[in-house]
Amino acid sequence: MEAFGLLLHGFAVLLTWKTLVLMMVGLVLGIFVGVLPGLGGPNGVAILLPLTFTMDPTSAIVMLSCIYWGALFGGAITSILFNIPGEAWSVATTFDGYPMAQQGRAAEALTAAFTSSFIGSLVAVLLITFLAPMISSFALKFGPPEFFAVYLLTFCSFVGLGREAKHKTVISMSLGLLLAGIGMDTVSGNLRMTFGSPELLRGINFLVAVIGLFGISEILLTMEERLALRGHAASISLRVVLGVWKDLPKYWATLLRSSFIGCWLGITPGGAIAASFMGYNLAKRFAKDPESFGKGRIEGVFAPETAAHASGTSALLPMLALGIPGSGTAAILLGGLMVWGLNPGPLLFVEHKDFVWGLIASMYLGNVVGLVLVLTTVPIFASILRVPFAAVAPMIVVSCAIGAYAIQNAMFDIWLMLGFGIVGYVFKKIGIPLAPFTLALVLGNRAEDAFRLSMIGSGGDLKVFWSNGLVGSITTLAIMLLFWPMIDGLLTRLGRRQRS
Amino acid sequence: MKAAIALTVALCGTPAFAGWEPAKPVEIVVAAGAGGASDQMARMMQAAIQKNNLMKQPIVVSLKGGASGAEALMYMKSSEGDPNKVLIAYSLIYMLPLSAKIPFNWRELTPVSVVALDQFVLWDNSAGPKTVKEFVAAAKAASAPFKMGGTGSKREDHVLTVFLEQKTGAKFSYLPYKSGGEAATQLVGNHTEANVNNPSENLEVWRAGQVRPLCVFDKERISYTSKVTDTQSWADIPTCKEEGVDVQYLMLRAMFLPGKVTAEQQAFYVELFHKVTQTAEYKDYMEKQALKPIFLTGKDMVQFLEEDDAINKSLMTEAGFVAK
Repeated sequence: MEAFGLLLHGFAVLLTWKTLVLMMVGLVLGIFVGVLPGLGGPNGVAILLPLTFTMDPTSAIVMLSCIYWGALFGGAITSILFNIPGEAWSVATTFDGYPMAQQGRAAEALTAAFTSSFIGSLVAVLLITFLAPMISSFALKFGPPEFFAVYLLTFCSFVGLGREAKHKTVISMSLGLLLAGIGMDTVSGNLRMTFGSPELLRGINFLVAVIGLFGISEILLTMEERLALRGHAASISLRVVLGVWKDLPKYWATLLRSSFIGCWLGITPGGAIAASFMGYNLAKRFAKDPESFGKGRIEGVFAPETAAHASGTSALLPMLALGIPGSGTAAILLGGLMVWGLNPGPLLFVEHKDFVWGLIASMYLGNVVGLVLVLTTVPIFASILRVPFAAVAPMIVVSCAIGAYAIQNAMFDIWLMLGFGIVGYVFKKIGIPLAPFTLALVLGNRAEDAFRLSMIGSGGDLKVFWSNGLVGSITTLAIMLLFWPMIDGLLTRLGRRQRS
Repeated sequence: MKAAIALTVALCGTPAFAGWEPAKPVEIVVAAGAGGASDQMARMMQAAIQKNNLMKQPIVVSLKGGASGAEALMYMKSSEGDPNKVLIAYSLIYMLPLSAKIPFNWRELTPVSVVALDQFVLWDNSAGPKTVKEFVAAAKAASAPFKMGGTGSKREDHVLTVFLEQKTGAKFSYLPYKSGGEAATQLVGNHTEANVNNPSENLEVWRAGQVRPLCVFDKERISYTSKVTDTQSWADIPTCKEEGVDVQYLMLRAMFLPGKVTAEQQAFYVELFHKVTQTAEYKDYMEKQALKPIFLTGKDMVQFLEEDDAINKSLMTEAGFVAK
């Protein structure tokens, strides 16, 4: 019941004109970046993050999370109308969404996408609301070994559970860890890998890297592919909306299943991309007529969208509670929290109640406002895509550069951003995932500090990572996840042998 | 007292500058992490300036605690000529260039004013030893490493730890955290045995009864006598010298502008921060966080900085923290 009181308090914090306006602005910006191919959630949030530096943390996070919701909604528009997934997690939506648009059922598909986004997020927010208070009592149990175990868990689960080839994930992560080591070392107080350059002393700023890796590299890719946009016009009438909503109860099983998958993969860092595919595949597997999928079946839109949004939303819980981002966008929001002077982690729930519950309340409000907004503005946003890419791309590059510069007022960072743009382009070309790289860059230092503090504290004894139930189970779980594909294979083989 | 009068006269004597005023939002640059003493002080100043309408432009706090605060120093250094950034500095301006060979010299910035002196207190968990003597005995008897938490490496907290070791003969494992706030919560969670936080960094957990102040590293007790917890005031904390451990250290809290700003710009900020020290918010903060009030500017400030620099340099050298 405590959660409910705190949530009401959160709404009270939010319900000012200023916050509501910021919310609308955030949503519109979010849909905008979501619709533009080559931008999308993480890039949009990374580019727009510096805008919020002068705001107080609560306003800033409300605006940013609304950009995030907006981008989530926006991604669906391009997938359905143009067969261009604005986001990787919208790929599965195109399977049935675009055929529906071709059959002239674009409005129906869009309504289905927006509605299921809304449902997925709502389920995840409810989960966050009820889990969050438990986390704060957990707070003080975390010393250096516990923190290290949690970071280890994150790294290991990326390697073990990611869909990409393991060696590529490890390469990407190692490069990130290497770059995270540049600059001042907190534990020894010495400088590392700066080669006497005062510019490198600050270390590689995570946001600069992200803007380059995601924003600039996408522009480079799109330029290469000479993107031509041809799509279906759409407007949504109230009749279609009500028609889709009336049929919703029929799909309860799909919606529930996808929400569950999404929440699970969001909290463990599997991410929205995996969730949307898994949601789609499971809906197909459980359907009576799987072959009708891919030909414009509405369930094929419901399933991936619900899962992607449930996952995108629930990814914020581990970010706030443990300082571990469950998705790329959450990782960027994490960087933002630190800029605003908040330490993400268990204590956030104790020390900054206003902020946390304001954010959670904004998830509810942002979702409702967002749903109404997208349903009414689809034609306008769809027309953005008719602006030639040649006009949009320079605008995006300039805003990336301003964003990178504004973080530390350093010209050097713009060069760094361009460098990371090329790195990102190469990574995408040779199929090395970017997420482990950014994760290592943002958590590398913390993981290293936690490890070395644990070692100072234990006198160099590795047994400290199994010294109590909490840290022991996290460490063991981490190592299990690292070898999960092997364990999984072994279990399947055992199961098969028993059956035969 | 005499100094205070002289100071007031000196300040009233300066002609009022109607000239320069910031045209952009002003940034208070904090060279430390969130929740640390610098951060809290910057936020108090922000509130004091805004509530009392001391400046037309808004003021924002920007945390540049990266690279143990070196980020803020280099940021100020590279902002030469920009009068919209004020650094809230502390002893790191002397120590960081020595320990990490950072190309920074506080003489390249424009001094505005010294606004306070901060204390250091030896704290332990409220379940731990109750006096300095018992504490030292426990540290000597401990078989596992006896963990002392602090902010950063080869800095004021670390220096104090080394001097505590020298004076008591006990051995500590120093754990460098990123901020005083982190050091405080780690002590509460019993992950360290003690820390040497500033009063402001441990105030909340002291009031919650989770930590105990053992002694203050100053030659005299803190002057504030109003109750902070149910039973104790700041003045009730004995000095470390009284308890038989003669270690003393006070840390400056001072405001700096980047280098190469005009005299009018400098004068605006001297005036601004002088007004800040007159506000109820500032006075209240000084008492609550047990800071020593002081206001130095102009030649007095430079002289103070030079002397303080020399003291810090000798401490760092003696602790063996100066990079070769």
